[in-house]
Amino acid sequence: MTRKIPQIICALFGMTLFLLYFSQHPTARNLNLTILNDYFQIIFAFTLLVGVVSFVKVNLKAFERGEDRSYHLVSVIGVFIMPLLAIIWGIKGDSPFMWVFENIQVPMQATVFALLAFFVASASFRGFRARSVQATILLAAALIMLLSRSTIGDMIADQIPQIADWIRNYPSMAARRAILIGIGLGSLTTSLRVMVGIERTWLGGDK
Amino acid sequence: MDAGTVIAGILTLAILTFLYRDNPVYKLAESLLIGVSIGYFLVINWSNTIMDLMFVPLFTQGKLMLIIPLILGLLMFGRFNRKTTVLSRIPIAVLIGSGAGVAIPAMLDARTLQQMSATVTPILAPDGLPNISELVVMAGVITTLIYFYFSREHRGWWGKSATMGTYFLMIFFGTTFAYTVMSRMSTFIGRMEFLLSDFLKLTQ
Repeated sequence: MTRKIPQIICALFGMTLFLLYFSQHPTARNLNLTILNDYFQIIFAFTLLVGVVSFVKVNLKAFERGEDRSYHLVSVIGVFIMPLLAIIWGIKGDSPFMWVFENIQVPMQATVFALLAFFVASASFRGFRARSVQATILLAAALIMLLSRSTIGDMIADQIPQIADWIRNYPSMAARRAILIGIGLGSLTTSLRVMVGIERTWLGGDK
Repeated sequence: MDAGTVIAGILTLAILTFLYRDNPVYKLAESLLIGVSIGYFLVINWSNTIMDLMFVPLFTQGKLMLIIPLILGLLMFGRFNRKTTVLSRIPIAVLIGSGAGVAIPAMLDARTLQQMSATVTPILAPDGLPNISELVVMAGVITTLIYFYFSREHRGWWGKSATMGTYFLMIFFGTTFAYTVMSRMSTFIGRMEFLLSDFLKLTQ
């Protein structure tokens, strides 16, 4: 019963939303928007809260066990300091909350993002060896694309940007389109399996 | 130099120490980033969604129907107790079911039908000559789809078509890779510019 009821709810909501998608009646459109925009977002917001509580619990447990205490403590302080600043001074543009966001979170996030440049570069040294036709094509496409977006590309040949644009708009677009068609068909079958109750992994392992 | 720039500079350097190897300074900065990011999204989530979309309309505008997502949201907290964990399946069922119901027509339309109709274009240009570029797109889509079709063995002409599909895929991966490299590099240049000019004042 603990699995049957969620399955029935899932099928009911699935069928309702599926049918509402095709209806042009104002009530149906309004209901569709309400469920998708408001209900969805609110439930998602609560799932995020559940995630935060879980994160704090896991870190506090690790702190109690004495594993890498300072790191766990810093993480938990980070989680609590932001709401505290928001409660005391608000979240307007010149508030301490935004100051922390602009001077701590943004620079670190950008640097972590930038760090990946080095790992991408080292991965390309390993992956871009022209050992097969496929690897050679990969290398050539990436090289042309990189050259087209740098000054040196224009210096080598005027046609490089045009060739790069053609590659992006036609052969690359073709593969992208095929992948999208595959994603579409995959989502369609998975959604159908979920709605009719064949796919039940989302219920978890417990009885 | 203001305190914000000093702190941002020190934290940027702390993250960059990972280029040498994993170390306590990096781990500390990483933990701080994780904590602060979660705290930030918690506040924004609370302010923009839970307050603006739920509590304010529910209590000031009297939109009583919002009790439904409120109850469903609260049921999510059932996960923290073994006895009540089954309750959390109800909001998950609503999310999964609604998502599946919307995905069928939306995905079929946007990801499949529209992509197919965009692929089927006139193969002759206005001057009567074959439109090579459109033929390339058509061949690319068909051969790539053949590559992803695993219910038939990739042998003979079918196998050759699948191999052709991998060439198109490699072009796509190559272009995507190049764009990723460029975006990461431009972010890295931005960070270096900040460090050298704003933080260390070595350049103007």
